[in-house]
Amino acid sequence: MTKIDSKIPQGTIDKKWSDYKSHVKLVNPANKRAIDIIVVGSGLAGASAAASLAEMGYSVKVFCFQDSPRRAHSIAAQGGINAAKNYKNDGDSVFRLFYDTIKGGDYRAREANVHRLAEVSANIIDQCVAQGVPFARDYGGLLDNRSFGGTQVQRTFYAAGQTGQQLLLGAYSALSKEIAKGNIQMYNRHEMMDVVVINGKARGIIARNLVNGKIERFSGHAVLLCTGGYGNVFFLSTNAMGSNASAAWKAYKRGAFFGNPCYTQIHPTCIPVSGDHQSKLTLMSESLRNDGRIWVPKKKEDAIAIQQGKKTGNDIPEEDRDYYLERRYPAFGNLVPRDVASRAAKERCDAGFGVNATGQAVFLDFAYNLKYKYGKTEATKKGIHSPTEQQLYDLGKEVVKEKYGNLFDMYMQITGENPYEVPMKIYPAVHYTMGGLWVDYNLMTTVPGLYALGEANFSDHGANRLGASALMQGLADGYFVIPYTIGDYLADEIRTGKIPTHTPEFDEAEKIVKERIHFFVNNKGSKSVDHFHKRLGKVMWDKCGMARNEKGLKEAIEEIKQIRQEFWKEVKVPGSDTEFNPELDKATRVADFLELAELMCTDALHRNESCGGHFREEYQTEEGEAKRDDEHFAYVAAWEFKGNEIQPQLHQEQLVFENIKLVQRSYK
Amino acid sequence: MKLLLKIWRQKNANTQGKLVEYVVDHVSPDMSFLEMLDVLNENLVDKNEEPIAFDHDCREGICGMCSLYINGRAHGPQTGVTTCQLHMRSFKDGDTIYIEPWKANGFPVIRDLVVDRSAFDRIIQAGGYVSVNTGAAQDANCIPVSKQDADKAFSAATCIGCGACVATCKNASAMLFVSAKVSQLALLPQGKIEAKDRVLNMVKQMDTEGFGNCTNTGACEIECPKGISLENIARMNREYLVATLSSEK
Ligand SMILES: Cc1cc2nc3c(=O)[nH]c(=O)nc-3n(C[C@H](O)[C@H](O)[C@H](O)COP(=O)(O)OP(=O)(O)OC[C@H]3O[C@@H](n4cnc5c(N)ncnc54)[C@H](O)[C@@H]3O)c2cc1C
Ligand code: SF4
Ligand code: FES
Repeated sequence: MTKIDSKIPQGTIDKKWSDYKSHVKLVNPANKRAIDIIVVGSGLAGASAAASLAEMGYSVKVFCFQDSPRRAHSIAAQGGINAAKNYKNDGDSVFRLFYDTIKGGDYRAREANVHRLAEVSANIIDQCVAQGVPFARDYGGLLDNRSFGGTQVQRTFYAAGQTGQQLLLGAYSALSKEIAKGNIQMYNRHEMMDVVVINGKARGIIARNLVNGKIERFSGHAVLLCTGGYGNVFFLSTNAMGSNASAAWKAYKRGAFFGNPCYTQIHPTCIPVSGDHQSKLTLMSESLRNDGRIWVPKKKEDAIAIQQGKKTGNDIPEEDRDYYLERRYPAFGNLVPRDVASRAAKERCDAGFGVNATGQAVFLDFAYNLKYKYGKTEATKKGIHSPTEQQLYDLGKEVVKEKYGNLFDMYMQITGENPYEVPMKIYPAVHYTMGGLWVDYNLMTTVPGLYALGEANFSDHGANRLGASALMQGLADGYFVIPYTIGDYLADEIRTGKIPTHTPEFDEAEKIVKERIHFFVNNKGSKSVDHFHKRLGKVMWDKCGMARNEKGLKEAIEEIKQIRQEFWKEVKVPGSDTEFNPELDKATRVADFLELAELMCTDALHRNESCGGHFREEYQTEEGEAKRDDEHFAYVAAWEFKGNEIQPQLHQEQLVFENIKLVQRSYK
Repeated sequence: MKLLLKIWRQKNANTQGKLVEYVVDHVSPDMSFLEMLDVLNENLVDKNEEPIAFDHDCREGICGMCSLYINGRAHGPQTGVTTCQLHMRSFKDGDTIYIEPWKANGFPVIRDLVVDRSAFDRIIQAGGYVSVNTGAAQDANCIPVSKQDADKAFSAATCIGCGACVATCKNASAMLFVSAKVSQLALLPQGKIEAKDRVLNMVKQMDTEGFGNCTNTGACEIECPKGISLENIARMNREYLVATLSSEK
């Protein structure tokens, strides 16, 4: 096993980043114009990076598969973004955010990166406000905050339930500003199909124009992959339909190591599956856990009556409700981290206490806080001394509506039930992938010149991400990290000159892409792409989902191989490759999911411990909590591609904890 | 339930399109409208026919990608929702449903139900931003904004850029979309400095893209899935007037 160099700067944790910035190599303004940077992805990470680099003077090209950069999946983030501003004067600090993130990640993240993230977090809020992002404000005109899971301070900034939208539109506006100036060329409806590596350095990409099918070549001195996460390997997830792993996977096959592929986040509060036709799952923001209390009936017979439709949540008297998170974790209650909340829901449902027809749901109930927290306060404000229950309800409803209105509407639209009157039903669903391309402190992968930002990289969140930290990380990477760290590499590229695209390496990459597409449109198969994707998703959810074990993972690996073989024999893609053809787009993505899935299971199988989102049933405490093995597994697993159908090679980046003591994570 | 669908099929931008009939059966009321189309597409693939192309991504009403004209209404029969949020419980067994793309000069058809909305991006590029570079910002709380203005700016900023307003308007005007961005930034202190140039440039770009004039029918507000208000158009008109009067260019 080789060691890999994470390039963490010397010095104490609070000085590393500032020292680094003072000493990093720079590229002078005159040379920047002659340097081309390719940014794949226009989400928070991609848009912020592209805009910042263009402002600095680099020539930037940006790619996204949607019809506009404004539609990247960051747009769907609801709840908020963390920052150590301490505007609430509740004891927050850079160190505390750093500490919470390391602990929340179950001690599997790199200290230096996380500290840097906490340091730049405050600047992100400043930058966004300057752009005109309309965050929620209090009556004094200052910014408001809310709480998220895994923390005891209020550090989450938000814009109703549409924080991601507002942040992305801010980054998109910065991107648009640079497009208008001619500093960025934007390629919509383009999908990256491969990375081109020349003499060991990333030098360009092959992209497919999704409108006319043309395969195009683009060269650059650096390539930034900001292509989001791979949750759609499970078929059903909260990701957008087009979210895919292909860019990261192609990078892996060109030599970039893949970090911790098995770390998947299952979000506790999503709308449960309603039937076989289901195409995606919808998240109900974690912010709802500020005011929603999670429970199932105490008595089995009540649960059964609810499952059979004979009773509803409202029929169960207070004393027969089991607020199991408040019971098990009194210190954090409903605000325990996601992995803990998800597992607890699964535990109750597996024990037979689920509250919908399939038994795969728990209640998220607002009645108590609506009436007795908000209703009461409003009544007091209005001078109503002994308000009736109805008055409390009416007053509280207005407050809840203002806070979560759009989420409640969304819920109503999908389920046909009114959450102001009956408790919501929720169940965990795949939401985020902590794993991703391995990167060093500079955000560079193991391929020189190839970077990964945002959800596409593995950094910062360890084995479990805290709520409201992905938006923070995406924007930190794009606005405040890459603009510095890329100079370190590009300073040596100023004499390279324009990179030609008629080289054998481009020829080879293009040939592979064309052959694959040719195969798909000509294969005389009998089954649709979705058929295979759904089968894959089921295997992954059952055997590499919320709980995993050795036997299941071994089976999964065999089953995935089987599905993959069948896919290459039987897949059917109608239409041609010279026109707009969404089935073909799907086929190329699912082909990659079918390989990545196996790597995820391989990683999950090798990690003989439980940590964060990775729960191995063999490794748990008597109370059913995750049991880490720091002695053997306090490392990042970075996998190297060795060839198709060949076992990948494991590299370990040992994690050194100098500032935070490794302890068993406890939210009790 | 069983439905008769009449769907616009068009090979590409250069060919004529036409409505084609399809029947889908076993549609459950819990399905979303797009899941119903998924089922139809799955059937078409089985029969070796080409599936129907339509734009979609997030499927939760926020990315603005989905864009169907259903029974003569942008995003279908319900107000306040996008196509992807529409569920089949809004229809009944035996219904005939017409499904067409957005039709407007500014939005040429790419294929079937997919149109090109890049004109919207170009309008934003004409001025829909605050010219602040990364790293140059002061502490966020140094720019207080009254809650009222912040809330109004937020409401305007929730526009998802779907284009339903244009598709609905008999003049194919993009006023609601453009005014939402102009309003958001006009309401905030950060946006005031460039307010005049912004409104002039964005309106000019809107005209260049071939969108029609606004004759205040108000149809756009009714069909906008995000409830963007006509107030924004009024505000933009004021901003525009002030900018023209005081413009030195
Ligand atoms: C429903 C939901 C709610 C969330 N809520 C929160 C929250 O409240 N707080 C929080 O912190 N985080 C939240 N998250 C997580 C967070 O939104 C994401 O992790 C983050 O936005 C990812 O940003 P990104 O820039 O890395 O990728 P994305 O925004 O996913 O962007 C990916 C980009 O890459 C492009 N792309 C992908 N593949 C290719 C390819 N092959 N070729 C060309 N282009 C490609 C896409 O077009 C897109 O532009 C939420 C996530 C979801 C799904
Ligand atoms: S104003 Fe409304 S209808 Fe028009 S683009 Fe925005 S969200 Fe869509
Ligand atoms: S698919 Fe995103 S809004 Fe409909």
